[in-house]
Amino acid sequence: MEHVAHNFPFLASALLMGISFYIVIFRKNLIKLIMGIGMLSSGVNLFIVALGYRTGGNAPIYTDVPEGPMVLSVPQALTLTSIVINVAVLALMLTMVVHIYRHTGDIDSEKSRKLKG
Amino acid sequence: MLSKIVRTVANQLILFILVFGLYVIAHGHLTPGGGFQGGAVVVSGVVMLLVAFNSQELKKSLRERLLTIMESTGALIFAALGFAGLGTVFFYNFLVGSPIFGRIPEPGPNPGDFWTGGFIPLMNFAVGIKVIAGLSAVILAIALFANGEEMEE
Amino acid sequence: MRQVVGLILLLVLVAFLVSGMLLIHPFGDPSPSDMDDYIIENAQEETGSNSVVASVVFDYRGLDTLGEATILFTAVTGVLLLVRTLKRKEESS
Repeated sequence: MEHVAHNFPFLASALLMGISFYIVIFRKNLIKLIMGIGMLSSGVNLFIVALGYRTGGNAPIYTDVPEGPMVLSVPQALTLTSIVINVAVLALMLTMVVHIYRHTGDIDSEKSRKLKG
Repeated sequence: MLSKIVRTVANQLILFILVFGLYVIAHGHLTPGGGFQGGAVVVSGVVMLLVAFNSQELKKSLRERLLTIMESTGALIFAALGFAGLGTVFFYNFLVGSPIFGRIPEPGPNPGDFWTGGFIPLMNFAVGIKVIAGLSAVILAIALFANGEEMEE
Repeated sequence: MRQVVGLILLLVLVAFLVSGMLLIHPFGDPSPSDMDDYIIENAQEETGSNSVVASVVFDYRGLDTLGEATILFTAVTGVLLLVRTLKRKEESS
């Protein structure tokens, strides 16, 4: 139990990813699917930033920094890129949902399976 | 269109949001922030204007031709700064030591000096302009498309 | 049938995630990394900026930022293209 309580940020990220897997497998509404994919990207970004933490560390910026070690700086740069890419993919997904609603009149993922016309 | 109080407050607040966003973009090499984060702050101010006014009213002020020219200019400046240091390698920091942005700070913790940083402030401005223009165009296009019109030519 | 297969898949994925999170290094004590130590030591004199994260994003790993700017440009172009096609279809039909 001591080991589980110490690693709590990793378990929080696994909880976010688990809930979004449940949404993607079991729900049919298209807007709920898009919200689940957004939550999955939040869980992955939290995991990447939590990997590089040093106990008692400060932010890796030299302007008026107090004494002590600094946390790792490369995971924070990779998370910046990941957030921007997720925003771009989410914008494209929302445009396609508006097109599907105009074409079939319903936002159910089972009914918009067959492409015709 | 919402009521008169909301429209008046939104008209006054957009100036402060714009100045704060440009502050976050410009001090990217001294404090946390930079091009992408400051661009997101300014775009959230544009979304506030879209909620307070109608999307038809906003289409008269933000034309599509100006937004696409701004975005392409930002991307071209970013690529040109990468090619300018081609004497050594691609993306070489050629402004360290030169009088434009080239002072070197004292090692260790120090209060920041604005004229340091090489070509990092210039790249922050280019990425900031690109993000502001691109995301504003996307939000305005989706808001007009959901109502049934489209953006002008 | 679909419910049973979905439930088994969800349990396998959650078990994999939770067991993986308990087996990596403890929180707050990463394995020693030479690249990060070199970057934190020498970023102030080589790039001349106070912020190590900004110099990693734009100087040491600038090609990743170039790729990300290209993705942003492509996504904006794609959205502005998808919004236009409805009026052309209505005019030509």
